[in-house]
Amino acid sequence: MAMHNLNTWDWETGKKLVVDTTKWKDMFGWIEEPYASPDGERIAAVVKTGDMEFSVCENDTPWQNTFDKIWYLKFGSDNRLTALVSDMGAWTVAVDGVAWENTFDFVWNTKFGADGKNITVAAQKDMEYFAVTNDIPWETRFSDLSNLTISHDGKRVAGVVPTVMIKQGDIFQFQEGCYSAVVDGKPWDATFVNLWGLAFSHDSEHVAAEVRTSLYDYTIAVDGVLWDKVYTSVWMPQFSPANGSVTAPVRIAGKWTLAQDGKPFWDRSFAQLWHHMYSPDGKKIAAVVATKYGRWTIAVNGIPWSLTFGDLITDAVFSPDGNRIACIGKEDGKWTIAVDGRAWGEKYDMVWQPVFSPDNRKVAAKVERNGHYTTVIDGKPLKKSYKALWNPVFSPDSKKILIKGIEGDPDDGKYFRQVLPVTDITG
Amino acid sequence: MHDIYNFVSGPLVWVSFIIFFGGSLYRLISMAVLARKKDVFVYEYMSLKFGLRSILHWIIPFGTVKWRKNPLFTIVTFTFHICIIFIPIFLSAHIILWKESWGISWWYISDTAADVLAIVVIASCIFFLVRRIVLPEVKYLTSISDYVILAIVAAPFITGFWTYHQWPGFKVMGIIHIVAGEIMLAAIPFTRLIHMIFFPFTRGYMGSEFGAIRHAKDW
Amino acid sequence: MAEPAIKRNDESYKIVDEGIDKGIARLSPEKIEQVINKVLAAETGARLKTYVETCVHCGLCSEACHYYLSHDNDPKFSPAGKVKQTIWEILKRKGKVDPEFIRDASRIASTECNLCRRCAMYCPFGIDIAYLMSVVRRLCHMLGVTQLYIQDTAHSHSATLNQMWVKEDEWIDTLFWQEEEAQDEISSLRIPIEKEGSEIFYSVIAPEPKFRAQLIYQAAVIMNAAGVDFTMPATPGWDNSDQCMFTGDYEMMGRLKKAHFETAMRLKVKRIVMGECGHAFRSVYDVGNRWLAWKMPPIPVTHAVEFYYELLKQGKIKIAKKYDKPVTFQDPCNIIRGKGLHEKARYVVEALCEEFIEMHPNREHNYCCCAGGGVINTGPQYKMKRIKGNRIKAEQLFATKTRGAKVIIAPCHNCHGGIEDILHHHGLDMELHFLGDIIYKVMEKPV
Repeated sequence: MAMHNLNTWDWETGKKLVVDTTKWKDMFGWIEEPYASPDGERIAAVVKTGDMEFSVCENDTPWQNTFDKIWYLKFGSDNRLTALVSDMGAWTVAVDGVAWENTFDFVWNTKFGADGKNITVAAQKDMEYFAVTNDIPWETRFSDLSNLTISHDGKRVAGVVPTVMIKQGDIFQFQEGCYSAVVDGKPWDATFVNLWGLAFSHDSEHVAAEVRTSLYDYTIAVDGVLWDKVYTSVWMPQFSPANGSVTAPVRIAGKWTLAQDGKPFWDRSFAQLWHHMYSPDGKKIAAVVATKYGRWTIAVNGIPWSLTFGDLITDAVFSPDGNRIACIGKEDGKWTIAVDGRAWGEKYDMVWQPVFSPDNRKVAAKVERNGHYTTVIDGKPLKKSYKALWNPVFSPDSKKILIKGIEGDPDDGKYFRQVLPVTDITG
Repeated sequence: MHDIYNFVSGPLVWVSFIIFFGGSLYRLISMAVLARKKDVFVYEYMSLKFGLRSILHWIIPFGTVKWRKNPLFTIVTFTFHICIIFIPIFLSAHIILWKESWGISWWYISDTAADVLAIVVIASCIFFLVRRIVLPEVKYLTSISDYVILAIVAAPFITGFWTYHQWPGFKVMGIIHIVAGEIMLAAIPFTRLIHMIFFPFTRGYMGSEFGAIRHAKDW
Repeated sequence: MAEPAIKRNDESYKIVDEGIDKGIARLSPEKIEQVINKVLAAETGARLKTYVETCVHCGLCSEACHYYLSHDNDPKFSPAGKVKQTIWEILKRKGKVDPEFIRDASRIASTECNLCRRCAMYCPFGIDIAYLMSVVRRLCHMLGVTQLYIQDTAHSHSATLNQMWVKEDEWIDTLFWQEEEAQDEISSLRIPIEKEGSEIFYSVIAPEPKFRAQLIYQAAVIMNAAGVDFTMPATPGWDNSDQCMFTGDYEMMGRLKKAHFETAMRLKVKRIVMGECGHAFRSVYDVGNRWLAWKMPPIPVTHAVEFYYELLKQGKIKIAKKYDKPVTFQDPCNIIRGKGLHEKARYVVEALCEEFIEMHPNREHNYCCCAGGGVINTGPQYKMKRIKGNRIKAEQLFATKTRGAKVIIAPCHNCHGGIEDILHHHGLDMELHFLGDIIYKVMEKPV
């Protein structure tokens, strides 16, 4: 997570009561699940302030503006709070309580650029579909819009749209190809039977997509140009941050492998291969793979860990220097974290995506057992459990960790922001 | 004639047993290898417990709904299948041959009993034949090969019965009997008689899928 | 001696289906041979071989099939009869079959078999005829010969990741709408959308938001009354249905299941609870997940029947007054032969209803509704075929009605479609409900 404003946060060791959320119960009859800001300074929830009148309560104050309906509370990495709101049936985005000027028949799927400055939603007005970024809608409209995707900096927006009038029930027209990718409102020239996952290059200049060109032929299109090889299936492509080449998992003869720009890239194949990702320097690629049917692991540059899980692997992440990988693994219904091919000893009812410290040395994760949440660093738990907890954040010097949580007894319902020395947990 | 007899009761027996055991083993192994390559599910979901549970229900007369719904067929098919394995192994005449060749012997049934059981097998074959001709749903599925297979199975018992009763030409029939038995053995791995070998696996796999994965009965 | 493999005297040959006609017109014997042999070589192996070589042509599977029973024991409709007309011929001729053969094969595999797996319980060898028919469907898909309606559904799946061309905003809007409607009845009711970390992701099939939104309403009432911590996603992946599984487009089936399970992972739920749908259960429980190399569902899936059982057993739902009309219960293939939920279903029915009358046969041996396996999705032109193909179900229901049953409970969308048509055609005056309908009627509700 790129949060270049991390240095501006309060990293003073200590525990701060932000708000006693039990007070909300005295203030409102209707309180939805709370959301904490990345810096932990704020906690917010959708609340009902009157008959069919909703607001968002941030810490101890509701927004002044109220709406008929509010949903999809999301904090950007710059700690601004967005919500999708409706006033008399007109939908828009509210940022820190202030609604955008444009309204629509519906908005959904809020997305942020890495620094949080650019906010994009999908919108529908008069049955026409388009994207809206920072209150500026696309000028072109489409009969549908899906797979909304934004570039890393949030400045460019892509999606999948039908580019011809689709006649209902005309399967032959469909098979000729009716869909294309659209970037900032401008569709590619080519049409395809289907497009799914879209990926921007790191300079935001190019877009790659997984496409189907007939009912049987799958491949990757980059800026509308197809790879010259087809496969029986593909998954989401990615651009290399190093050289701009495109890689994607492809299925050949019933097995999955990684291809680059339409050519074989990894020299071995797997029962499954997906969610590949580049290390920040672009030198390494890791992917979730099934080495054999029903056994899941991580492969780095094509070489799998010897540790495997039976149920699933998900939420893999590279360390900032690209030398380490952590992920979530599940075996026999129990969840844990695995780092560099070794699993933590403890198992949990649920775990969240692990977080590396900026110095690459520590891994922390939010975990849940029997409805109680806590934070674990390198397998060692914080000896305190919470009723609600958010993902931990390491300080820029990696020495401290920010814990954001609502406590149980004796401080029942109190939301605290606490900065701890990492050694308090790891010993 | 004596040479022919010696040949069919000597080397040919070896040949037929080698084809039967070797062929069956080959079919099993090659199928297992193919399954490993192409049907990974078979290995992944095969369960000893649930496979055996299903097999057990199906090898017990009236152990399944299907068997209970067709009592006549059930009685005939069980008797038939038991007899065609039981008779050749526990027939006194065969045991004498074993003893002469290798000096081994075991319990055997009386000739009268064998005679009755042979009639049962032959009658069962006639039942299967009539079924193939008369029942539309069976007739529809029937091809010439099905009659041939039935003939292959019936032949050793008809000829054996003939020989035992010393009906005209029984000496020739005796030789035919031995050859018929050998043909049947050798045919098992390479015809639909392979169902004898594959049954535990097809039933066991279905029993595993139904029992272990889908928590249901398959009988 | 042997019957000719193909008979063309049935009225079903007269059904006009543009999907089939145009698909057939594009075929040549060379293309057929090439595609068939390629698919068989790449995708089939020991199972197909063993099944074909083990079958002793005994015909015992015949009486398992509702089509066979409903067509006066016409052997063409027996399970092995269908295999004979398709797979046996294809293998015998090494794929050298003509386009008209493919037309017949598609008709047989896609409109004369519901893949209900009842025959696996009547074949002594446990030959999986549903698998063999699926192979035929796969071949037809690869040849581009699929009934228009279900192909359109498959296209919807591919474009929207749901079965009914429901757009992203329409889905969310439907949830809001049902939430609002239900709030008129229970003011505190909520359908939590995108609530990460909930216990349960409640997933439905696309016909619910499209045509049967009241089922979402009812589910919301049940969830809220029982105090269940659940959520529903605001992204594609909410639909658990899968007609691609039935057309033989397995690549798309895999894509759909991936989206579904990854939605559950993203939402950090402990399990997926799904509505009263049978085929969707099959697709998420032991078909679609397998294509992706997930041996079992990566996030556990609980069918509504089992979920209701839990709620009643744990006392989370209380019954205000039992349903007083005599009911019978339709055991859906995909959750009975597919998950063994028959006893739990009976527990639920008896907890809800005063009088329960079994239909016969029942449990694992119940007859299929003749709509499942994608058959109802082949389109309205096949409706009469379904009705005629399931006279035995009408007889079974009539016998149950004679014994006093007035209401049929069927916890499966396909069963509903099939049985509704049967009731209507035969003028059988019986009501048809989901378990959720009954629970909603008889439960204690908060205000």
